[in-house]
Amino acid sequence: MPIRLEVNGRRYSVDVDPAQPLLGVLRDELALTGTKYGCGEGQCGACTVLLGDTPVHACVTPVSSASGKPITTIEGLERDGRLHPLQQAFMDEGALQCGYCTPGMIMAGVALLRANSAPTPGDIGRAMEGNVCRCGSYPRIVAAVQRAAKGSDVSEKGGRP
Amino acid sequence: MRDPSTSNDRSASANRTAPADIAAHDEMVRAESVRDDTRRDESSREIVLHDDSGRTTRREFLKVLGGGLVVVLVTRDAFAAPVVWLQSGGAPAPIADGESESVAEQIAAWLHIDDDGAVTVYTGKVEFGQGIRTSLAQEVAEELRVPLDSVKLVMGDTELTPFDMGTFGSRSTPQMGTKLRQASAAARERLVALAAERWGVDGSTLTAADGRVSDPRTKRSLGYGELTAGRKLTETVRDDVTLTPAERWKIAGTSAPKVGVRDIVTGRHEYTSDMHLPGMLHAKVLRPPSIGATLTSLDDGTARAIPGVVVTRDGDFVGVAAPRIADAARAISALHARWTPTAEAQPSSSEIYDYLKNTKPKEDGGGERWRRTEPFVQGNVKAALAAAPHKLARSYRVAYIAHVPLEPRAAVAQWSRDGGREKLTVWTGTQRPFAVRDDLAEQLGLRQEDVRVIVPDTGSGYGGKHTGEAALEAARIARAAGHPVKLVWTREEEFRWAYFRPAGVMDVSAGVNDDGTITAWTFDNYNSGPAAIRPMYAIANQRVEYHPSDSPLRQGSYRALAATANHFAREMHIDELAELVQMDPLEFRLRNLRDGRLRAVFQAAAERFGWKRAAGAEGGSSSNGELRAAVSAGTATPARDSRTSPRRGVGIAGGFEKGGYVATCAEVEVSGNDVRVLRAVTAFDCGAVVNPDGLRNQIAGALVQGIGGALFEAIEFDHGVIRNPHLADYRVPRFSDTPSVDIVLVDRKDEPSFGAGEAPIMAIAPAIGAAIARATGVRVRSMPMLPEMRKQKAGSREQ
Repeated sequence: MPIRLEVNGRRYSVDVDPAQPLLGVLRDELALTGTKYGCGEGQCGACTVLLGDTPVHACVTPVSSASGKPITTIEGLERDGRLHPLQQAFMDEGALQCGYCTPGMIMAGVALLRANSAPTPGDIGRAMEGNVCRCGSYPRIVAAVQRAAKGSDVSEKGGRP
Repeated sequence: MRDPSTSNDRSASANRTAPADIAAHDEMVRAESVRDDTRRDESSREIVLHDDSGRTTRREFLKVLGGGLVVVLVTRDAFAAPVVWLQSGGAPAPIADGESESVAEQIAAWLHIDDDGAVTVYTGKVEFGQGIRTSLAQEVAEELRVPLDSVKLVMGDTELTPFDMGTFGSRSTPQMGTKLRQASAAARERLVALAAERWGVDGSTLTAADGRVSDPRTKRSLGYGELTAGRKLTETVRDDVTLTPAERWKIAGTSAPKVGVRDIVTGRHEYTSDMHLPGMLHAKVLRPPSIGATLTSLDDGTARAIPGVVVTRDGDFVGVAAPRIADAARAISALHARWTPTAEAQPSSSEIYDYLKNTKPKEDGGGERWRRTEPFVQGNVKAALAAAPHKLARSYRVAYIAHVPLEPRAAVAQWSRDGGREKLTVWTGTQRPFAVRDDLAEQLGLRQEDVRVIVPDTGSGYGGKHTGEAALEAARIARAAGHPVKLVWTREEEFRWAYFRPAGVMDVSAGVNDDGTITAWTFDNYNSGPAAIRPMYAIANQRVEYHPSDSPLRQGSYRALAATANHFAREMHIDELAELVQMDPLEFRLRNLRDGRLRAVFQAAAERFGWKRAAGAEGGSSSNGELRAAVSAGTATPARDSRTSPRRGVGIAGGFEKGGYVATCAEVEVSGNDVRVLRAVTAFDCGAVVNPDGLRNQIAGALVQGIGGALFEAIEFDHGVIRNPHLADYRVPRFSDTPSVDIVLVDRKDEPSFGAGEAPIMAIAPAIGAAIARATGVRVRSMPMLPEMRKQKAGSREQ
């Protein structure tokens, strides 16, 4: 039975094992490789995507459980060439080094900003504790999330699919 | 043997003065200088260097599009300098060697300026997040006098870029940066000369700026592309051009944003693990149950029965591939393998320190890569120790730790045929593309020129990706499958089958006078390595020695190598010595330090941190007195009970390595059995700063990463099995572990620029250790410190 998915506003039908993690489906079946594999165990957050407004680790989310909910990946944030304010804030703060954790960080940050339009550094740390930046750019990531929060009404409409 | 200096001088000077006796070289220049009207053609340019007898010694092909100016920089000793210590121990595949070769003559860099003035720079260095794609481009733009966005770097491609030993040892900035500046300055000089020739004026009256040569008197100007339009010029230059001093930098020295950052924040950047080739299969490798185990038998019938699955075996190597990764994973699970454990003794993490201290490296195998250093001896350390009024002997340890690059090892391998010859192209995230190319050629029975290794900008390495395991595995499976293959290691494979930062033991003893002068110093490092092993303090009598050992785990490079371990032991010891003579640890250091730049970073960090106030506020002489008593009794007795109320403490540490001077102050809070680093200040001096924002990012990142090794990272193992091969069991620094970070850049525009990827990690662990001692009275002499602190506190409670 094909599984129906809605990713970044587009509808797909994929013929895969329903128990297969969403991550592999996004990357290998739909060629959406912005979402990264980091550990496969839900421990590093590199694979963070949104199910509705909820951030999930795609590496431990069975694809079947993602059916019927709008999925947003890093590729779905940009609108007509305009970056999501948090993407722009990551650039402005230089909040990355190798960049491998960045898509997951941004998705976790977007989810936080939707729930909390003015997060404190403590709120950010708690909400994003499941995301690892091995290069150690955490202070800049906190600054980027706060910059995005100050700079616009991201919690309302920015970047919504 | 050719005389490298002569041959270098010849090829280099040929272009500057074109002496008639260098016929071969002249011929090459003529061939390349002919007018070429077929613009925009894909063409190769051949660079040939000759030795004294006229034989070809090196041949390189430049694949550049269209006409324009190519500048090739030849240098005599570009990569001959500091030998990087790298070793392997235990199983499985050894770390490829190659650091020892001293390249006498070398094409160090080349760059191309096309007819539109676009600049392409070819360098064998690779981008792993450290920011050199940006900083090197800044240096090129600076010397060429072109806008930064007109410079593009082609990096880490063995077919397109000049040979390079690898991206490690903080050498990109001092060495490659300098070479690229030289090539760029020479190119600019050539362009000015072309304009002078065309206008019939003296070149010294012309200026170059913003990609144009101008004549200030006549106001006429020509873009670089216009100057070379329709021609193909190839210049071979030497490295004696005059460079722009840092005081006059306009593009270098600024915080240019990271090149390619937009592709990263949009998810468009393609890491090796994101690649896809037509017909590509996904691969998996069968791993043994323990290190060193050999494959006794294999039943692959069930695996082969899965549609689309390919199984290949070569000795102990078994790989599978399938169009879908899920099928490859199923195939691996369906293999029935029997393994025989190695007969060799395999010590466990619980006994590792005694083992390392009492074991010599094996004569064979990994032993050849041990780089034993001669002991450094100065003065009469025995007599000085005997005479010293204060003495202190301690032993320090560091555990094996894993690099945990967030992008695991990955490779895409593609075979092709060229006539009768097999050719191989591999994309992989390695810090040493040329060494991996050579290794692939040797292991697969190919000629070097039939193997191409390409390194896409990679998801970090920290010294952990010097090797090409995934590349070789992918290539073997792709050859058997007859399809391109992608192999991405799992996180568990990274933990189990990559290599580690070495564990080690450091025994330190010292003697101090009443006035705080250190008079005697002995330092013995077992296994962890000799990097930064000698003290930067002015000590009259010293013996410093590195003792190689036989590592049961595979070990190798890690950010700053053993400089972290040696600084931990040295600076923890210094802190305790200061306490022994009841001096402030900063004051004690300054009394024993002569190096002005190191003193300056200590003072800068202390000032920003508010060291005097912070260090005076807690503890002071009474706790020092208690501790002194504990020290003389040979025990580390907690001065206070920190089980109930949180205790705060501050610590300071610093050092020098690879051109970088670093000092770090840290404040910690110990509550119960937990330690939190509240804030850290690092002052850093690596000469003239090329990109201040990038440098700050590196320093802050090193601090955060250093906290992991300082407090909680450790690989646990027994009988050849890694016991914590998951992120759930191996703790890495997260948001909650991150202190408030403050960085003081000491920008020395009068000093050459050095790299900064490594030195900033060295001082945080001993600063934390000293802070824990101040907060609790417990001296923790083992990295990671958290488990050891808990052990010591538990032990003291039982007494």
